[in-house]
Amino acid sequence: MKEDLIIKHTSCSHCGEPVESSSHSESFPIFCCQGCKTVYHLLKENNLCTYYDLDDSPGITIKNGLERKRFDYLIDKDVQNKLIDFKDSEIASSTFYIPNIHCTSCVWLLENLQKLDEGIVQGTVNFLKKRLSIIFDTSKTDLRNIVELLTTIGYEPNLKLVQLEEKEHQPIPRGLWLKLGVAGFCFGNIMLFSFPEYLNMSVSDSLDSFKIFFGALNIILATPVLIYSSSDYIKSAWAAISQKGINLDVPITIGIFALFGRSLYEILSGTGIGYFDSFAGFIFFLLIGKIVQKKTFDGLSFDRDYKSYLPISVLKLIDGKEQSVSVKTLEIGDEIVLRNNELVPCDSILQSDGALVDYSFITGESDPVTKLENDLIYAGGRIIGSQCRLLVTKKVAHSYLTQLWENDVLKSDESKDNRSLADRISPFFTSIVIGIAILSCLFWLYIDPSKAFTIFTAVLIVACPCALALSAPFTFGSATNILSLNGLFLKTVDGIQKLGSIDTIVFDKTGTITDSRKANITFHGYSLSKFEKELIIASTKSSTHPYSQKIYSYLNHTDVDLQELDFIEEINGKGIHAISGDSTIYVGSKNFIEESTGLDLGNNRSYQTSVHIAIDENYKGFFEFKNQLRNGLKELLNKLQSNYETHLLSGDNEKDAVQLSASFKGDENMHFNHSPQQKLTFIHDLSATNKILMIGDGLNDAGALKKSHFGISISDRTSSFSPACDAILDGDELKNLDNLIGFAKASNNIVNVSFGISLLYNITGLAFAVTGHLSPLVAAILMPLSSISIMFFTTVATRIKAKNKRLKIWV
Amino acid sequence: MGVIFFLILFSISVALIFLVAFFWAVRSGQFDDQYTPSVRILFDDKSSSPNNKTQTSKRDS
Repeated sequence: MKEDLIIKHTSCSHCGEPVESSSHSESFPIFCCQGCKTVYHLLKENNLCTYYDLDDSPGITIKNGLERKRFDYLIDKDVQNKLIDFKDSEIASSTFYIPNIHCTSCVWLLENLQKLDEGIVQGTVNFLKKRLSIIFDTSKTDLRNIVELLTTIGYEPNLKLVQLEEKEHQPIPRGLWLKLGVAGFCFGNIMLFSFPEYLNMSVSDSLDSFKIFFGALNIILATPVLIYSSSDYIKSAWAAISQKGINLDVPITIGIFALFGRSLYEILSGTGIGYFDSFAGFIFFLLIGKIVQKKTFDGLSFDRDYKSYLPISVLKLIDGKEQSVSVKTLEIGDEIVLRNNELVPCDSILQSDGALVDYSFITGESDPVTKLENDLIYAGGRIIGSQCRLLVTKKVAHSYLTQLWENDVLKSDESKDNRSLADRISPFFTSIVIGIAILSCLFWLYIDPSKAFTIFTAVLIVACPCALALSAPFTFGSATNILSLNGLFLKTVDGIQKLGSIDTIVFDKTGTITDSRKANITFHGYSLSKFEKELIIASTKSSTHPYSQKIYSYLNHTDVDLQELDFIEEINGKGIHAISGDSTIYVGSKNFIEESTGLDLGNNRSYQTSVHIAIDENYKGFFEFKNQLRNGLKELLNKLQSNYETHLLSGDNEKDAVQLSASFKGDENMHFNHSPQQKLTFIHDLSATNKILMIGDGLNDAGALKKSHFGISISDRTSSFSPACDAILDGDELKNLDNLIGFAKASNNIVNVSFGISLLYNITGLAFAVTGHLSPLVAAILMPLSSISIMFFTTVATRIKAKNKRLKIWV
Repeated sequence: MGVIFFLILFSISVALIFLVAFFWAVRSGQFDDQYTPSVRILFDDKSSSPNNKTQTSKRDS
């Protein structure tokens, strides 16, 4: 390794996170945390350091979320059977979805897993789908070992309840490729056989036998294109018609049959050579468009269900012993044990003295809630602090969280106008084309009846919306790629259309515009001496309460010495009481201090979260926590204000109102204390007049996200769960929102322009057709030309637009 | 001129062989992942891959 280069870095050798304390920098390599160091040494021992050569600091930081996960449930035979794709007496194979796969080094390491675990025979990565297939020797290792190994090195597979319920065992769809292959093969050959006709070579009588021969060959070659390659379009058109609707596939299918029928007639009657080359080429280009669409779609797969939010297993108390069981098996009356940072899987009653529950995901409240014994705790809350025992009162499927998901609004609201532009114009398009065809047919019946049929079919042929059908897939495909490169991951390709049409933006607060991981701490009160600070540090050090930890890291600098504590007691949900030598210290809520010391703290600002300090019966002051806005958010909100109507919609109280009022045009656009249902109603009422972009993060926004015209859910880790939404946005990219929306709008314009271009082609073609000049040669030039120019135009135009909006693009 | 009929039929059958080859390639999964192999080919096999093969073959036998 290039040691001399790396020593100068002040970032972790494993994950590239900046290393805060400089004291370690003398020795190479440096690490930001113990976790990264462990992984590094594990890899080094096994000669896997190539990992670090392929990309710069490729590792995944282990700093956050270092909970020792238990994978005991993977021993369970039922669970195993669901996760294993294939198994015989010695070898089994399994496929994991690993969201953390992000670079070349990941591929390399995951494909060299056999060096870490003897039992692994082979690992194969599919980079784009972020999947790892592992073949392993069942006698030497098992599923649990493998998952634990993956988790240790930072690649935790996404094992969720939903996977265990329905095993997706679909064969990989390869039909499209085969159809494309057949269409391409026939297209090329038919074009060769049609060439003599273009050059007028078959006019002489001696070559007449060639004409028959080529005609027969063309029919043979074109038949599989009709029956096999174009079957998807015909089926889809048939499905649309039988439901009394018209989609873009209907005019396409009309064109297909017109082309094929007319060509067949011409060849059999000996009046011409037909349009089989245009026909095959047409299908070929359509299928290329479809493959582009599918590739874009493959990149968009994420979970959108409560089931992927809940854990798979939980510790259940059976005869006083803890045992890991699947959450699905939980029955009413079971007792479960939850530890720090674990999710409550189903509604239950607290059995321990007290617990701190973080409901921010469910309700939007940024502060953890204190629960006492016998309080009901709803599913979806996260236990913070010490472990606690719960009594199950409802099965997972009947819990509050699940009910939120089963809310009718979330289900039955598919009717909002989400048809693509192409599908919306196709009824008009189809009727206009048929109208022109009939009119020109009638006209020619009057002038020259012998030509009427020819003209009729020629109109249907040339109006076939091939270029039209390609405009949207190519533009949106390229735009979706650019958006995901910039941190916005769409659920469907049509999303761009919806995103580009919004005029109002509604923000959730907690976790969306404020970064819950970062809070501003300020201390108000008497200035603290060094000794007092050290006392506070010592007493908050061992507490798992988020505020204790924040105070600890706020005060903890390199030059402090820890005070020895003689006694420490943490009262759940209230505070900490500690004694060191002669000094007694109380850290905690206002009530706690007042009760324990008898001091009267008077009235403080009630809304802000604060932690109070009293030392030796003297009140010292309080730490205040202010939610911190995400980076660049103020600027973003100011920019957005001029172009869009902006609202704030929060489940939290008004404590941040002052901080935000400037960014939301005063108070009437800020709405606090909204329950999930109220949020939903608010969006519903507003959406009567406005097209709303809702940006939220938690399940409390799920209804609002779904009800809005376009819902974006903010995620700080792409691997974490997101509620129902149209897109996921990386939290760090939120500041770019105005550019992203602008780009979506630009993409819509590009589609419109390319629709215009393809309509121009159609009109040109129609002019040929109506006047009776559509020779096979004209058709053979016009069709590929229109398709290729549309592909070229849309791809180039989206890239130029993205560059204008200063978005990242692929080189 | 009869030779042209023969040549055309012959060229079509050659083309058909390639079509069959394409079918085989698709069916065997070569089109399932078009990105990762391009990364994989750049890895240096530091004596690891022969080692692997022996391990695999041992297991197979």
